[in-house]
Amino acid sequence: MTDLTSLTLAEARKGLAAKTFTSLELTDAHLSAIEAARVLNAFVMETPDRARDMAKAVDEKIARGEGGPLAGIPLGIKDLFATKGVRTTACSKILGNFVPTYESTITSQLWRDGAVMLGKLNNDEFAMGSANETSCFGPVGNPWRRDGSNTTLVPGGSSGGSASAVAALLCMGATATDTGGSIRQPAAFTATVGIKPTYGRCSRWGIVAFASSLDQAGPIARSVRDSAMLLRSMAGHDPKDTTSVDIAVPDYEAAIGKSVKGIKIGIPKEYRLDGMPAEIEKLWSEGAAWLKAAGAELVEVSLPHTKYALPAYYIVAPAEASSNLARYDGVRYGLREQGKNIIELYENTRAEGFGAEVRRRVMIGTYVLSAGYYDAYYLRAQKVRTLIKKDFEDCFAKGVNAILTPATPSAAFGIGEKGGADPVEMYLNDIFTVTVNMAGLPGIAVPAGKDAQGLPLGLQLIGRPFDEETLFSLGEVIEQAAGRFTPARWW
Amino acid sequence: MSVDATTVRRIAHLARIAVSEDEVPHLQGELNAMLAFVEQLSEVNVEGVEPMTSVTPMQMKKRQDVVNDGEVADDIVANAPATEGHFFLVPKVVE
Repeated sequence: MTDLTSLTLAEARKGLAAKTFTSLELTDAHLSAIEAARVLNAFVMETPDRARDMAKAVDEKIARGEGGPLAGIPLGIKDLFATKGVRTTACSKILGNFVPTYESTITSQLWRDGAVMLGKLNNDEFAMGSANETSCFGPVGNPWRRDGSNTTLVPGGSSGGSASAVAALLCMGATATDTGGSIRQPAAFTATVGIKPTYGRCSRWGIVAFASSLDQAGPIARSVRDSAMLLRSMAGHDPKDTTSVDIAVPDYEAAIGKSVKGIKIGIPKEYRLDGMPAEIEKLWSEGAAWLKAAGAELVEVSLPHTKYALPAYYIVAPAEASSNLARYDGVRYGLREQGKNIIELYENTRAEGFGAEVRRRVMIGTYVLSAGYYDAYYLRAQKVRTLIKKDFEDCFAKGVNAILTPATPSAAFGIGEKGGADPVEMYLNDIFTVTVNMAGLPGIAVPAGKDAQGLPLGLQLIGRPFDEETLFSLGEVIEQAAGRFTPARWW
Repeated sequence: MSVDATTVRRIAHLARIAVSEDEVPHLQGELNAMLAFVEQLSEVNVEGVEPMTSVTPMQMKKRQDVVNDGEVADDIVANAPATEGHFFLVPKVVE
């Protein structure tokens, strides 16, 4: 039955509908794959009993002809999503053994549509990281290795568990979140498809908050079509999230295979960095050529404030994080370290509970918001953010429908290779993705090729607000031209 | 701008994170690396630019001022490290 794990979500849906196999069989195949892949450390909590119960219940529904759009599809859930009765930690010691008494809006919509939960996936602590190395459960392994090497590489982050599990065929799709590139960068590192929708498209309710004006959830999947199917279930208005937008969710799958003739694609010159590997440059040109061959029109565009997006992000995101993470005080939930008074209790709890990266970001956030520094740092960064957004608006006003860029400045790297001495070295991973969060736009990463060492590389398409459909149409063109990539199994 | 050891201790206290003396130099180095990185923002001309307050142009939604949730005290204290009945327990705050 293990071959059931190699199906795409769309193929599995057909098989389930035709009763070629049951959800229980499909679920069991994935549970066995998870058990055999524990060395990857992609799952931080496996929920096999719950998965089988959910699968049996949905099999009965399918038999009665009542299955929803994701009926019987086994998924992995990033440990940032609150799941009722199932430990949710954001991969931080400070949440300890937190067991939510409520369900996040997104996961409740997935269960409503018939999906099955296999377990909770590893991520960087509070989604702060680009290599999944800051998790309190330890790093995640990338199923991809360099040709002829047995060095374990990072899967990217923060949704490293999601990307690794989808690439290693442990789940048919996964939830993920993206604050500066945390869906798209790991997707690119693992040859999976990841889409960060427009800010406001998916409810943030029940997702552990990192930087509220940038956080947005989306899926990581095995194909562009699969990602469209998942996003349709995840998206939608939620009265419990004031920034969730009340507009209808389109049938994203209908955009797959739609002609891209006449669509205007911008190629931003500022994304051509000094010292960019020739392979990335080549991949980018190839992607442009594929889109052109499919009838799209290419134009060079300018996004002049691109280089300021990452520094502005490293003010805005930590500032919001320092405020959001103030709730972890050792009083209401999670870890508590004793102190001789309440202040010491707070300080000891937070010193013990937060990892090094989280402590660093909370401190920098506290600093840029503190009296005397607010204007120089935070206010200025928010003004720069307005300029970054305006760059995109000017571009779209000239008729550009979408923008094509590389997804990452390099392929996956080894565990412990980056950011040891200077945190900024790690931050540079998000240089092509962070602009999209700053402007609240949708962005998709699609696998497009491999580097000389056999590692996957991805391309990113950036869209107009709430025009995820164009990204799916264009993403499909790239997927058709580049093909799909599966790692050789070593685990 | 860069921070000195005293500022690092002050920020740590504001952030309510205990920092031991031997951690200060390391933290100071890391914070200064981040501050050096964001320093390039000072070259951007932001005169007359409005700071961003909402990334999507939308009206803040309003709710009816009615009680629509509650009576879940058991749930609220379910994950607390120390409770008595429906109260959170903390060290003595008022003498």
